[in-house]
Amino acid sequence: MSHTRYRTEEAGEPRPFPPEARDRIEKLLRRYPTKQAALLPVLWVAQETWGWISRESAEEVARLLDLPVSHVDGVLTFYTMYNLRPVGRNLLQFCTSISCHLAGAEKLVERCGKRLGIALEQTTSDGRFTMVEVECIAGCDRAPSVMINDVYHEPMDEKKLDALLDRLSKDA
Amino acid sequence: MLSSTGSRRTPEVERVLTARIGRKDSRSIDTYLADGGYAAWKKVLTGGGWTPQQLTEEVKKSGLRGRGGAGFPTGMKWGFIPKDTKGKPIYLLCNADESEPGTFKDRLLMEEDPHQVIEGILLSSYAIACRDAYLYIRGEFYEGARILNRAVEEAYAKGFLGEKILGSSYALDLTIHRGAGAYICGEETGLIESLEGKRGQPRIKPPFPAVSGVFNCPTIVNNVETLACVVHIVNRGADWFAKIGRNEKNTGPKLYCLSGHVNRPGVYEAAMGLPLKELIFGQEYGRGMKDGRGIKAVIPGGASANMLTAAEIEDCPLDFDGVAAKGSMLGSAAIIVINEDTCIVDAARNLSKFFSHESCGQCTPCREGTPWLYKVLDRIESGEGRAEDLDLLERICNQMANGMTICVFADAAIAPPLSSVRKFREEYRHHVEQKRCLVGAKTEMATA
Repeated sequence: MSHTRYRTEEAGEPRPFPPEARDRIEKLLRRYPTKQAALLPVLWVAQETWGWISRESAEEVARLLDLPVSHVDGVLTFYTMYNLRPVGRNLLQFCTSISCHLAGAEKLVERCGKRLGIALEQTTSDGRFTMVEVECIAGCDRAPSVMINDVYHEPMDEKKLDALLDRLSKDA
Repeated sequence: MLSSTGSRRTPEVERVLTARIGRKDSRSIDTYLADGGYAAWKKVLTGGGWTPQQLTEEVKKSGLRGRGGAGFPTGMKWGFIPKDTKGKPIYLLCNADESEPGTFKDRLLMEEDPHQVIEGILLSSYAIACRDAYLYIRGEFYEGARILNRAVEEAYAKGFLGEKILGSSYALDLTIHRGAGAYICGEETGLIESLEGKRGQPRIKPPFPAVSGVFNCPTIVNNVETLACVVHIVNRGADWFAKIGRNEKNTGPKLYCLSGHVNRPGVYEAAMGLPLKELIFGQEYGRGMKDGRGIKAVIPGGASANMLTAAEIEDCPLDFDGVAAKGSMLGSAAIIVINEDTCIVDAARNLSKFFSHESCGQCTPCREGTPWLYKVLDRIESGEGRAEDLDLLERICNQMANGMTICVFADAAIAPPLSSVRKFREEYRHHVEQKRCLVGAKTEMATA
């Protein structure tokens, strides 16, 4: 269960979905017998549109799906992958579950934190990196497994991590 | 290729489910068709074809048991759908929420041979008269979802999905539905709740999903690998399938996920009942322990399974009944090998942290018990354990599971602490008394 809450100081103006996102949502709604069933996919559209889900985006989703905002809140705070605050352009996800743990995953987390000067769940001041720990991501045979945004990087080691961080630090 | 699966090998013998893995363009419908793909679908749907009942009977006869963890007979599960659904539609949900620590076989099947999974869904949907199937894939499998969505489009374009499939009167739609990060959604009623757009909190059973599942309609939830098996049962017959494996209760080919301190981790396909030691030491499989270290413990069925000691893995066939006879379970066939240099308290602490994080919070014994177990293990590991902590661990475990909660998550959560404190009591005691690990090289501490 996620313990993340909305970061209220980031709250912005109510935001309608852009037209292409509206099209995707219309198509999604046709795949389910209830509007509510489309909630997780629509929240994914919201996150892909804005990079994170603000209180205002959640309200817009609730409006589109005829759901109480409290229901959307409950869902958003149950699942771990919806970003309830802005995250860096590179979301570094370190698996520390058993097989990656046995392969020394925590050493990578420590090294990464030192290099970036941030702790878990934090974002660098330039908005480039956010570092989080995740539970088993099914990369156990190539442990330790790391995901950056939606791409696996496995097996990871300190040298590869350094090279990756170097490269991503230079990206515009 | 996004996820290079170079280390996932299977030996040349008996490759059924992984036969196409490693083949060039294994994901495309053209190569799948060239390799005889969708033959089972055509066999069932065209030229006289099979009735849904025939298909169900064939699966029953094959002895196929669910590959997700529980090992429930698949054909029997299908048979629980009421004959008269009172006009309600029937749903098939493919459980692709593979999240059990140590498990990575379904990811491989979906990423490398998506059409095999889809064909399994088509056949199974037909068997239960389902018109709307969903594949619930865990949110972290972005690439898996992209590959499957492409494959589904290809299948629609070839007329294997949609209206009047292959000229028959049968119609089926398949939707790939992404989760968003919650282990509990792998529990079938948690998955159903999640698909309905809610928090993935398991339901009280009965009613079982076959009677009242998603959208209050009859629902069957089957694992990815289970559904892939159905393709081969149709193609090659129930008798062929039933002959593979150690005995008639444990049949068919099986994917084993080997990880931890072995030389060659990976997904290995073998007949059900492969000896555990052969998986770890065999030339075709794990090729022994890394750096020649000894074995301290083996988790034979994912994080939820009781640990086995080095002595207990002798003569342990990897199938449902073989592992159960050793007091553990085959579960998702995730075999995690832990070497003698590992602190067992540290391993149990890591596993307990997982369960503490993933408890859905619905039932008090689980919501309160899982962090409590983690806290006690953490203080022992940190050198602050108390003499009474070992008994305390056992007491907490006994108060959490065995029917105290809605689902079996609590039963899973107690497996690592309870089995390790019972089997490695001396090491725990040493940790408490000496305030440090019994093993020399202390595993790096988690930062949390």
